[in-house]
Amino acid sequence: MTTRRETAITRRGPLARGLLTGVGFVVAVGIVWLGVAILLDPGAVTRILVTTYEAIGLTGQAEAIASRGLQEGFVRLITSLFALLVGVGGVWLLYVSGNVLIEACPERVRPRLRPWLFILPAVILLGVYLVFPMVETIRLSLTEDGGFAGNFSFVFTDPAMRIAMRNNALWLLAGTSGSVVIGLAFAGLVDRVKREAFAKTFIFLPLAISAVGASVIWRFVYAWRPEGDEQVGMLNAVWTSLGNDAVPFLQTTPWNNLFLIVIMIWIQTGFAMVVLSAALKGVPTELVEAARIDGASERQLFFRVVIPSIRGSIITVATTIFIAILKVFDIVFVTTGGRFETEVIANRMFSEMFRFRNFGQASALAVVLLVVVIPIMVVNIRNLRRQGVGA
Amino acid sequence: MTAVVDPAARVTLETGSVDSRRSPFGRFTRSPLVRITVVVIGFLWTLPTAGMLISSFRGPNAIRDSGWWTVLAHPFETGQWTLSNYAEVLTNDGMADAFLNSLIVTIPATVIPITIAAFAAYAFAWLRFPGRSLLFAVVVGLLVVPIQMTLVPLLRLYGDLGLTGNFLGIWLAHTGFGLPLAIYLLYNYISTLPHEIMESAAVDGASPFTTFTRLVLPLSFPALAAFAIFQFLWVWNDLLVALVFLGTGSETAILTARLNELVGTRGEDWHLLTAAAFVSMVVPLLFFLGLQRYFVRGLLSGSVKG
Repeated sequence: MTTRRETAITRRGPLARGLLTGVGFVVAVGIVWLGVAILLDPGAVTRILVTTYEAIGLTGQAEAIASRGLQEGFVRLITSLFALLVGVGGVWLLYVSGNVLIEACPERVRPRLRPWLFILPAVILLGVYLVFPMVETIRLSLTEDGGFAGNFSFVFTDPAMRIAMRNNALWLLAGTSGSVVIGLAFAGLVDRVKREAFAKTFIFLPLAISAVGASVIWRFVYAWRPEGDEQVGMLNAVWTSLGNDAVPFLQTTPWNNLFLIVIMIWIQTGFAMVVLSAALKGVPTELVEAARIDGASERQLFFRVVIPSIRGSIITVATTIFIAILKVFDIVFVTTGGRFETEVIANRMFSEMFRFRNFGQASALAVVLLVVVIPIMVVNIRNLRRQGVGA
Repeated sequence: MTAVVDPAARVTLETGSVDSRRSPFGRFTRSPLVRITVVVIGFLWTLPTAGMLISSFRGPNAIRDSGWWTVLAHPFETGQWTLSNYAEVLTNDGMADAFLNSLIVTIPATVIPITIAAFAAYAFAWLRFPGRSLLFAVVVGLLVVPIQMTLVPLLRLYGDLGLTGNFLGIWLAHTGFGLPLAIYLLYNYISTLPHEIMESAAVDGASPFTTFTRLVLPLSFPALAAFAIFQFLWVWNDLLVALVFLGTGSETAILTARLNELVGTRGEDWHLLTAAAFVSMVVPLLFFLGLQRYFVRGLLSGSVKG
């Protein structure tokens, strides 16, 4: 298939090919330019249409549009169409034109330039969106607001921040261990039933749901109505049917933290299950059979043979979930907004930045999150070296 | 933006789904107790979502007066089901506009990083240039940087440039944040492509650009698909980046931001909240159910964002 297309292209004359590339290039630049203009200025669609109509002589229509404006839905549709064209086409245009430029260079320098065409866009974006902001955030945490002393003493001594720190520790501990333990248990169990993949889907499904969506789902589970009203929240319905008084779960400190952590466990367990289930299947059969012949019980088999041999996967899963939970934001933001003593670092960071505009304190909070992941970063790079990647 | 480099993970993308195999551990021991436990856990895990889905089709009064589980006693009374919740959230509460915005944000924010990362991954794997291993180590180091570390300076920068509330701005932001994982994942795959193919392409006179577009991209389809699903889901489900870079204006709000707003303004109107939540979830759920195989592959190769 590929070869046939290639011969078709090479058969065309070099002049025609150059002309085609040129025309395509000009059209692409035009579309991208138009698209960017429309994206940056909401009124652009109307103006472009007016100019076009005037240019082809339909002055009546042009005036009508200019005076009444376009229908909103139509403008949105055009905008989104261009948005997609620019977003998808623009990047390819970048590389193709870069390639055309390089091919125009003398043959001697081409091999030295080529890698940079491939790598430069990525390097620039990484620099602008990750490296520069990191350095800048560290600087801000040391200089803005109260300076180093003020910002970090806020982080570690402010009463509300103390609660946030405590909660984050609780989240990390209960959330990570909960997800991994349940995920492992389920991976071990599901391995032994028919229709394994089907059973897994149910545990796995929440992973596709946004944290906002999951929070809405669980707010409904935890919903609380005053005494006398029908309890429509599932948990309170069960709780009151056992003869207890209804409980406003999300407002009852300090247990509400655990109820929020349940949402995270609900989401993350599927991930732990999938990875650990794959690891379980990788345990050598001979090893298990040998242990069985030696008279190991199922319990011993699981804890003494199976778990040690999938240790690596357990650590990977736990670390990944740990990092996800460290940055937990959406769940707290949507359910309680950090009230009722459910504050966590990432949510407080967002409020300091977005609501109070205390950029120094917000940066200090971000730096705390970074410091926690630095050991993981080091291990990652060391693993990479061991694999001999990029060497 | 999280990935932990698992030394054992490099091969998994090729072996693909491992679901068909059974573990040596489970081969012999099956019991009714195990089966029952699995069913119970699966049931418990699904219950919250089921409650939401059922409630979204019930009228406001029904939801206020009785728990959603009561319909299970009489599921075929057609009078109790309604689509009016959906009609209302889609029009009055702006979920239809938000849906369009989510698409506008998500599609380019998936395609752009994949393209850029594929080019970079190919160069890291097959081209020689000064600083290659150092740059790649930086990419891997950036894998676990909390997104929070970047927000304050970018918020200010966007404010100065007037890029806040602009789709172009959020595409680039999502691209930047997704690149380390994308490059790392695609590198793992592209670097394992056979030497002979690259060499014969070079012998036939193909430039690296042609080799990349004609050979490497088509051959890397499994890895591209795995990452595309993740990035798509991540961007679609993201709230933080959307709030910071698009703001809360209704012109540009995506589904998650809009849903969050509804929780604030209509906190106890469960007939609307459940319908809105389902509108925001329908695409990820379809994506996930349809492409589960790639999803699992991606997970196993260490591509996890959060």
